[in-house]
Parts: sequence; structure tokens; C-alpha cells
Amino acid sequence: MALSRPENVLILGSGALKIGEAGEFDYSGSQAIKAIKEEGIRTVLINPNIATIQTSDGMADEIYLLPVNPEFVEEVIKKEHIDSILLSFGGQTALNCGIELQRSGILDKYGVKVLGTPVKSIMDTEDRQLFYERLNEIGVKCARSRACYSPLKVRDAAKDIGYPVMLRGAFALGGLGSAIVNSEEELDRIIDKIFSMVPQVLVEESLRGFKEIEYEVVLDSYGNGITVCNMENLDPIGVHTGESIVVAPSQTLNNHEYHMLREIALKTIKHLGIIGECNIQYALNPDSDDYRVIEVNARLSRSSALASKASGYPLAYIAAKLALGYNLTELPNRITHRTKAFFEPALDYCVVKIPRWDLEKFAKVEKTIGSSMKSVGEVMAIGRDFLEALQKALRMIGVGVEGLEGETMRLVDYKEAISNANPYRIFAIANALRNGISIEQIYEWSRIDRWFLEQINRVIYYEKLIENSRELSRDLLLDLKKAGFSDNQIARLSRTSPDRISGLREEYDIHPVRRQIDTLAAEYEADTNYLYLSYDSQEDEAITGDKPKVLILGSGVYRIGSSVEFDWSCVNTIERVKELGYETILINNNPETVSTDFDVCDRLVFDEISLETVMEVVRLEKPAGVIISVGGQVANNLATSLAERGVKILGTHKFSLLCDSLNIEQPIWMEYTGREDIDEIIEKVGFPLLIRPSYVLSGSAMRVVRSRESLITYLERAALVSREYPVVISHYEVGAKEIEIDAVAKEGEILVWAISEHIENAGVHSGDATLVLPPQRLYLETIRRIKIISRRLARALKISGPFNIQFLAKDNNLKVIECNLRASRSMPFVSKATGVNYIKIATSVMLGDRIPPIENRALDLDYVAVKAAQFSFRRLAGADPVLGVEMASTGEVGCLGDDINEALLKSMISTGFTIPESSVLFSVGLESDKSALLEYVFMLVKEGFKIYATSGTAEYFRRYGIESETVYKLSENSSPSVVDIIKEGKVDLVVNIPSDYGFQEQMDGYVIRRAAIDYGVSLITNLQLIKALISAIVRYRHNEISLKPLPVSSYRKRQSN
Amino acid sequence: MNRTAKITLEDGTIYSGVSFGYECNAGGEIVFNTGMTGYVETLSDPSYRGQILVLTYPLIGNYGVPAETLHTGLPHPYESPAMQIQGLIVSRYEDKYSHFAAEKSLREWLVESKVPAIMRVDTRSLTKRIREKGTMISEISIEGVSVHKEDVDMRRVVSLVSKSGIYEYNGDRSMGKRVMLIDCGVKHNIIRSLLKRGVDIVRVPYDFDFSSDDMDCSGILISNGPGDPKDLPQLVKNISFAIKNKKAVFGICLGHQLIALATDGDTYKMRYGHRSQNQPVKSVIENQSFITSQNHGYAVRRDRLPKDFFEWFINVNDETNEGIRHKRLRVMSVQFHPEAFPGPVDAGVLFDEFVDML
Repeated sequence: MALSRPENVLILGSGALKIGEAGEFDYSGSQAIKAIKEEGIRTVLINPNIATIQTSDGMADEIYLLPVNPEFVEEVIKKEHIDSILLSFGGQTALNCGIELQRSGILDKYGVKVLGTPVKSIMDTEDRQLFYERLNEIGVKCARSRACYSPLKVRDAAKDIGYPVMLRGAFALGGLGSAIVNSEEELDRIIDKIFSMVPQVLVEESLRGFKEIEYEVVLDSYGNGITVCNMENLDPIGVHTGESIVVAPSQTLNNHEYHMLREIALKTIKHLGIIGECNIQYALNPDSDDYRVIEVNARLSRSSALASKASGYPLAYIAAKLALGYNLTELPNRITHRTKAFFEPALDYCVVKIPRWDLEKFAKVEKTIGSSMKSVGEVMAIGRDFLEALQKALRMIGVGVEGLEGETMRLVDYKEAISNANPYRIFAIANALRNGISIEQIYEWSRIDRWFLEQINRVIYYEKLIENSRELSRDLLLDLKKAGFSDNQIARLSRTSPDRISGLREEYDIHPVRRQIDTLAAEYEADTNYLYLSYDSQEDEAITGDKPKVLILGSGVYRIGSSVEFDWSCVNTIERVKELGYETILINNNPETVSTDFDVCDRLVFDEISLETVMEVVRLEKPAGVIISVGGQVANNLATSLAERGVKILGTHKFSLLCDSLNIEQPIWMEYTGREDIDEIIEKVGFPLLIRPSYVLSGSAMRVVRSRESLITYLERAALVSREYPVVISHYEVGAKEIEIDAVAKEGEILVWAISEHIENAGVHSGDATLVLPPQRLYLETIRRIKIISRRLARALKISGPFNIQFLAKDNNLKVIECNLRASRSMPFVSKATGVNYIKIATSVMLGDRIPPIENRALDLDYVAVKAAQFSFRRLAGADPVLGVEMASTGEVGCLGDDINEALLKSMISTGFTIPESSVLFSVGLESDKSALLEYVFMLVKEGFKIYATSGTAEYFRRYGIESETVYKLSENSSPSVVDIIKEGKVDLVVNIPSDYGFQEQMDGYVIRRAAIDYGVSLITNLQLIKALISAIVRYRHNEISLKPLPVSSYRKRQSN
Repeated sequence: MNRTAKITLEDGTIYSGVSFGYECNAGGEIVFNTGMTGYVETLSDPSYRGQILVLTYPLIGNYGVPAETLHTGLPHPYESPAMQIQGLIVSRYEDKYSHFAAEKSLREWLVESKVPAIMRVDTRSLTKRIREKGTMISEISIEGVSVHKEDVDMRRVVSLVSKSGIYEYNGDRSMGKRVMLIDCGVKHNIIRSLLKRGVDIVRVPYDFDFSSDDMDCSGILISNGPGDPKDLPQLVKNISFAIKNKKAVFGICLGHQLIALATDGDTYKMRYGHRSQNQPVKSVIENQSFITSQNHGYAVRRDRLPKDFFEWFINVNDETNEGIRHKRLRVMSVQFHPEAFPGPVDAGVLFDEFVDML
């Protein structure tokens, strides 16, 4: 095969971050763009995810913030004269879109060549039956399975194969619609729901108790193949690999098993005709060498991002080069610069990945984990010892533990907590061991390999050692550090203060050194600055230069409320710091990020973002300053402690917000310190009340209460867990608009700012709200006052750097509700929407660089940008998909349009919303909301929409002359029921605007909302949003607006004309 | 219980740790291997005879040591009947192993085999030292221990690992092809690889004079083994004779170096050799590349290749020679290990090629 020289390459992105498809695809897409672009080939990207690095200026030659679906892709293919397309860098979204493009003949029609793995091979891996047949051809064992297209067939197949069986949806990202089913009753309960999500369900033999092993495979078009990394899941088969604790390389496989699976991997991948990168997953019998292939992902995946960071091998970059036809043996190893890409990394450390779940954020959600993904992020820890890496990782996920600690969970029913996987299983195991339950017993319950259980048991051994020693000797302390104990953890165990432990380390001279990840276990010298901290040696391996150094703290684990947008800020900060002539050092531990790529910063320390490790890195690096304000809350929270220890923080780090003295209005608030405050609070603040627990208590949610009883109930529970931290209670404003300003100031003077308004009224978390920039419905007076207040705050706080203020506006009356002196979630949105890179300006400010005057045009753009939230409720079985004061979205998109209608529709479609064509269901709680909707329902009726409504709503509509078909709620026990018509696909859109009265109403609403989610029907639960949407939809139907496929550059050009 | 121990390199550098194997002192050439699994196969590979081995993967012992299962009289998955190394150095030794096939711990196997071992050594720094200074004579010493393991005379090391006597093995589904295997310390999987392909084997010691008696073999395989090929002049002469007699000849590792010497080529000692499971090699003449398992400290000189041979394979990383092939005759040899064990099995196809030649 000759090297292919395409002219215009289209790269499909993965859209918004969602459970099962997260930041890893920003990493893979960005690397692909770099790899193609450096060949002098023009790159075009489609991805509506405005928070990503790949949609930044300077990446692809042309960027389209559009939904990744065949309609829009076809438009772009036409417009950009695309001759080649990459499908494997944008997750399942891009892959599925590619399959559709091929099936519908669009690729052939425009003569577009698929680079890398051909669509035929992708289809062979995606259709379970085809996959099974293809593997059979070469005698590779696949789990016994049958593809079924109806619930009846599934029942038959399950009976034949024998319960328990595994059900898997075909063409599903992250195992959506997968489940292990133990009986026919269980099957009946879920089978309809699965078929609503996928057209085909695979029934497989259950391989419970088998080990789960993965290999990342790279193949070029000349038949050269390698396995870059293998990984072993601590959790056996049954727990999705994205939900498992994973270790690389495998720990319990001998040579025979390791290389048997490696050989099968290469044989299988060659047979399937994959070119580039893919992943193969196995089940391996723990009592023999019997195996099954579980699946092949013919694309970059979450696992490949992990493997790439774990091994130092730039998988996505290489995969893109191979797609162009390069030979593996001629591409250089980008880490060593001495060797070639055709080799298999040898690790001399081990890596542990742990997912982070945010299940506490979701009411009613199923708390166990299994074959579908629920986690929202992950961390990777590196150590020379498994236990060390495991304990580091447990700290990194940010759930408030200092390692494999005991106090986090007091459990009696160990059997329950260990047999069924859940986010706290690892702690339950440690506690069970502490309580004398045997390894054998835990193995029986969990089927986690005894080797891992023995490793967990070492923690208990060390705990006893500490307990039994009168003082910490140097040897013991060093052993503890090598086993991954943090100073805080040791302090707790030895009942002393963390400062005493760090003092002791100072006295004994126990400090970590930086060790290289060099891909070759030191066999050859490597010019790499990919590092981790280790106590295993005294030889520091960092290669440092003469330039002054700046340390940047990264985002750490992605969680709800903090994800790729902070990685975007980090990457842009690093770029700017570099431009200003500094050496950049980043600490981060999230394998899904671009900031941790091999070519982003000068030195990457892949380790914890904690006071202890940051201080150690500062000790080693002696940076001129540390930037803590671009990585989100975790990094920002370290500011005070670092400053106290004499570390120079770049930018502002003041936290007292004294609005009162500035004469700026805030919602009335008080601190709750004890029961005696209750009466005063009720009297002064007044219901409804918004209660915010202290941020240190991860998992405890904010809450709105409307009665004395619920206030007391809630406070008693909160007070129990946090005596030292007061709870802040403020008046919960109803019916107010919410407005944000993102800005950068220098010594208190604002340099650049942008104001966005929320479509939803206050009460919806700002991370879940739909943002419009520039604001379309604000009085000039309001804008003027926002500017004045912001200016006053910036001056009072002497802000130097990025900040964000959130306001409530009611009747032209403004109140400040939040002020964050750091990069905000919306910073990439405003930067890309306006074409002004806020974070780079902020970085220049922090480093004291001169800033040329910036023309602020954020208010008079000739187009409108809308940012919409992406929810992942479908993944979270049972979760109530209603919006409130706690953030629930997992990602975001941002699209541009001529007006708000166009931009809004584009963004909503990008999040998976389907424009309704013929029918809408309304179920509206409050009279006032019903009344507010009338005019809009009329518009739909005029358009010929069929309206369904629940009884109360239907009755209300009838009174005003709107005919609708009445459907019945759960409690009404009458037919047709709401759930039935949703299930039968009779409605295109469900509008449920909940009231919050009464338990029964809540339950009825919950059932409706959940049915919409479970059966894949678009759901809107907010009054302002549905109003805006209906207006837009009607205009769209009248061709008053169109969804133009324009690149970002063409909007920007308008602006400069 | 665990005594402190240290390893002293020829250049005077000392790395300390804790003894976990047999309690004796030992000396030998220190080398490192970067494989992440396969310590049972590695430690029983006769090519390590006389050497102190550093494993760079930091967690060793996880899956224990399996029982021997006999296949055609050869213990499986061992590569020879015994542990071959002079001493072992690791970072973390994991005594609590877990594997269905394990019957004992690595520590127990070391003690049985009377091989000393040190754990808790900064193996990465040690490896870098070896990389920079080259392989060195080194000494393991355990605190309070005076017993010393017998030194290995590297000039006659092959005589220690080559099995004396002549043994015949019948191929799995014998097809009448017979190969004489010159045992310079052969790894069992070379034998298994041929038997699996239906070839009968006559295994003879390294000093067997096959120039006078070919025992009805149509081909000769010269095995891997420890030490410097130049210490085996008689064997070189015998090989040269066999080639002149137009025998089909296949050399692996030491066998490859011997063939080069037998045909006017030359060999040299590498600074620290190749010992790992991830060595990329590519064919110079055709589109064929393998990830290979390797274990060698000597190599064939590229600038003095034997005439009538072409270069077959080179190492993708450092471009050293990895194989040669005769332009007309049925003679070929490779520096890497197509039999794997430990390591990737990609290059196993070369046995097919050899069998086809017979």
C-alpha cells in the first residue's frame, strides 16, 4: 500500500462528554489532528464540544461546531471537498456516524475514502453475530452467544444458553443496555427497555468469575502488529472495564497466558482487517487457560487513552500516521527519540486506574455497578509497588480518603457489599480483612484474584505495625512511603499531625524523586520528561533546563462540575507560559486529558494534586511560581496552604468576598452552627431556603427546603457529619434570571469580559443551564450594572487573572450569588464564541507580561453562541432526570448560529435532542407554568402537532380551547397510561415541568421522566427552555431559520468585516 | 530472618537490598532483562548460565512457580531441567503468589536451586548503571554468610549446559524429517517447536563431531547457549564442514554467531546486549517484521558479514544484525529466539521455513 496523500481530511469528534464517552476522545482527536496536520494535509473537524482542546484555534484548519450526525457531516463533506475521513478518533459516536454514512452511500457519493480501519471491519466488530462468525473462521473462542432482534427471541436464547446470561446491546457505547440476568423474571423486567435503546440484543453465556484482560493492539497496513500494553481488571468479568479498577501490566498472568492472549489478539485483529489501533477484551478462566474473546473495539477507546498514558506510547498519534499508510517500523518512538514505534513498551512500574462515580449527585439512582458504565471520570496512579499505586489512586479520585482507609465505611453486611460490585467495594474488602474475614471468604464473594486481596491485606499489616511501634523509625516511615501511605494517612494512624510526619520525613531525609516513564525500562537512554514520584530510589531523573520554571496544577479527575473545560484551560495556560519563555511543569493524574500528552508541557509529573506532593514537586523544581487557578476547584483549594508554606502563587488568591462593604446585594444568608439558629434563620432568611454544606464533604448535596420540618431533618443529618464546618443557608430566589460574567483582570482592572445569560431561571445549576452569548433578553441597564459591580469587585479583590461572577436579576434588581477567582467552566465557551482566548490573556497577566489593548466585542457579535448541557441519565438507571441546584450534567456543547433559535437548535441536537415532528406530551405541575405554556402549545397545535397531556394539564388546556388526548399517570391507574404511549413511541417529545408538592406528584412525575429517558424519547423539564425551543422549532418549520453548516472561521470573519 | 545483602559491581558501585533466596554469596557477569512476565522460563534459560540477572519489572513472584509437567521427557514450562542463573536481583519480591498452576513460591525454588537473590534493590538505577558501563563482573554478598557459590568459568560454560550423550525425540506426527540438534545449552522450547511440526530430533552435545557422522539427518540446528562463540573453535569448524556439505542449517542466537564465524564472519561483545521480550527486528529483504524475545551479549558484525550471505534481519532499535541467510544454500540463522518462551511467539514461522527446507 502506498502512502496515501489526501488533501482534505475530515475528523469526526465525539460530541459532548457523557458517561461512556468522555475526555479520552479529546486526547485521541487532538493527537490525530496534530499527526495529520504536520504532514501538510488540511484537516477539518466536526465536533460540537466547545470545551475541548481539539476545537481550539490552531488545531484543525477548519472547525465545525455541529452535531456529529450524517446530515451535518454530509453538508460539511460537500462544502469542504473532503476526500478522506477518520472515524476511529471520536468514540462510538463517530464510529456509528461513519457506519451510517457508509450504509447510506454518502461516502461513495462524494468519493470519500475511509482512512485506517475499513468500515467493513468496523461492522464485523460491532455486529455481535458477524463478530462471532469472523472469529470462528480462525478458531478463536468467543463467548457463546446469539443475536436477537425481539424480546421473544431473547427469552428463547437465554433458555438455550442457560441462566445466568449476559445481555448486550449491539452498537452501544460503553456497554449501554448490558446486563447480567439470573432468571426469566429478571429478563422480562428489563428487556423492553434494552430494545428501546438498541435494535439488536446479544445473549451470551455468563462468564462470572473469569478474569478480565485487555490488550491494546496496533497494526499497520503491511501486516506489522504489536500489542502496546496489556491490562488486568481487578474486578472480574461482569463489571464493565470502564467501571473496574484496572492495573497495567497484568499482574497474575504467567508467560503462557500473557503470550497466548497476545498471539490471539494479533491473529484476530489481522483477520478482521483493522488498520491503526484497537482494543481486545478477554475473559480468562482463573483455573485453566480457557478464554473467551469478549469484544474488539475497532477504534481508540477509553482503554487506549489509559494504555497510552500508562506505557508512554502515543497510540492515537501513531494510529493516525498508520491510517495515512505509514509503516510501523519507520515511525520514530516519540519518547526515546532513539528507537522506533515498532516495539512493545516494557514497563518498570505498575499503573492503577480507578474510576470516579458521582452517584450521590443523583436521586434514586441504582448504587451498584456492573456491565454498563456509570462512572464519570478516572485517575491513573503510577508506582513501583501495586499497593503504592492503588493508594495513590484512591486519594486522586477525590472522595475524601487518604488511601485504603477504614473509617470511610462502617459496614456490617460484608457479604452484600463485597459480592455486588459498588464504588466502595475496595474499602469494604479492607474493612472485612480488618475484621478478620479471611481472604478465601472474600475471594468466594468477589472472585477478585487472591493476589490483589493479599495486596490489600498489606495495608492492615502496616496499620498494625504502626500501632505496635512506639515511634516511627526511619525504616518504617520509608517502607510506608514506598507502600503509598500519605503523610495525612500516617498521621491519622499514629494519632499525630500531618506536619509532624512531614517534619519527621525532613529529619530522616525521606523525599521522593522523579522517575521516568521511558517505554523501555531503561534499556536505552530516553529524552523524556514524563515523570512520576517515587520513594524507591534516590536518583532523580528529571532533565531540567536553565529557564525559570512555572508549575501548573491540572484538573485531576473529571467529575460532575469539573471536566474537560479545565483541561482546556491548563493546555492554553501551558502554551502561553511557554511562549513567555518559562519552562512549564504540570502535575496531573487524569489519563483522559490532553494536558498529559507527551508534547504539551516541558515536564509532566503524573501524580497527586495534593499539598504533600505539590510541596515535594516545589522542593524539586523550585519554580518561580505556581498557577493554581486554571485546574478547577481541587487545585484552587490548595492556594492558602501553599501560600502559607511560602510558595509563590501566581495571580489572585483571596477568598473573602465582602459584598456588603461594597454595597453589592446578595441573597440573604446566614450560617448555621446549631439548633438555636433555626428560628432566626427562618425569620430572617425566609423560605424557600437553599442549604449548602461545606465543600469538603464530598457527596453531600445542596438542597432546597420549604418547610421547618424538612429543614430540621436535613440539618440534623448534615450536622452529624460536619461539626467543624458551618452550613450556609441562603434565601432561594424564585423566578429570577441568572447571568454570568467571565472576565480577566489585571491588578483589579478588567481587561476583557463577556456576559452570558441563562435561558433557565435561577434554580438550575449554572453547569446545567443553557447559556446564550451575547445575551438576547437583557436590559442595557442590567448589563451596565453588571459591568459596574464586576469592576467594583475586581478592584476590591485586586484580581489579577481569570474570574467569573454569577448574578441573579429580578425586576432589574441584581444580586451576586457567586464569585470564583479562577478559570470557570464557561471560559472555553466564551473564548471560542468571541474569538478571544481569555485564558491566554489571564496567563500573561499572572506572569506580568504586557497586554496589548483588547477590543471587547462580546456584546455586539454578529452571531449568537449557545452552550447546552449534556446529561447522561440514560446510563444512570433509576436516577431522577430532573434539574436542580446540584449539577447533574456530564458535558456540554456550544454551537453558533445567526440567531438564538439556530444556535439553540444546533446545540440541542448536538446533545441528542430530536426535533419533534408530530406529537408532544405535556405534563405540567403548576398552574402558573401551565398558563405560561398556553401560547406555545397553541403554536404547536397550529403546526398540526398532536398533543398528549396528563389529566390535569389536559383539563387546563381544554379550558383554553386546546384539544389534547388525555393520558394517565401511574397513580391514576387508568388507560392509556403515560408510560405506555412513551413506550409505544407515540410521542416525539416529553415535556414534564414538575412542581415540588407532595410525594405522589413527585412519584408520578418521576415515572414519566424516567420512562422518557429509558425509552429514548427527548425530555424537557424546564419551562423557559421549552418555551425557547418551541419558538425555535416553529421558526425552523417555517424556514425562517436554517441550521447552516458553517465553520467557526466564517462566523469570526463576519465579525471582522 | 531476612538478611541484608548487597551487589557490588566491577566499578565499585554498591546496591543494597535484602536476601530472599538461598543464603550464599555468588559472583558473575551482571545483566538485565526487561520482560514483564515469564520469570520461570527466563531463570531456567541455559543462556543465563554464569550470570547474575536483574529483572527490571518491579513485582516478581506474583504467580509463583508451577509444577513440572513432562512432555517428551522435557519438563514444562521450564526451559531446562534447572534454574540456570548465578543470582537474581529484583525490586519487590511477592511471596504471596496466586495462580492455579503454582505449586511453590519463587523463593522456594531459589532455595532449592541454591541460587541467591536480593530484593528491595533500586533496579532501575542499577539497570541504568549497566547500560552506561556495560555488563560487569559483580558479586552478591549476604551479611553474615560465608558460603560462596561456585564460580562459572565462562570460557567453558557451554560444556556445563550442553547435555552429554545422544538423545532421540520423535516428532508429534512424525513425517520422516530428521534434524540434528547441536546442544549448546538448548532451550526446551526449540525442541518442542520442532516436535510440534512433526520433525524427529537427534540431540547431540556441542562437541559431537557431526562432520564425520550426520546420523541420517537432513538438517542441523545449532542452538542457543551462553558465552562467547569464539570459545568454541572446534564447533565452528564442524559447522563450516556441514555447510560445505550443503546441509540445511539453522542457527539460533549463539548458533547464529557460530554460523557467522564458520563462514568468515565475525562477532563482538556488545556493551550490555539485548535481553528482553520486546526487541523489534525487521527483514532487510522482504516485508517481514517481528517483535522478538532475545537474550544475547554477543553479536555478528555487520561490517564483516560472511561472503555469500546476505543480511536477513536487523534490529529496528539499534540496527545491529539479527539474522543472516546464505545466497544459494539452505543456511540461515537468527540472533533472536523464534521459540519464544518467554516472550512473543511472532517469529515461530521461521521454524516452518526451516522444516520446509529439509
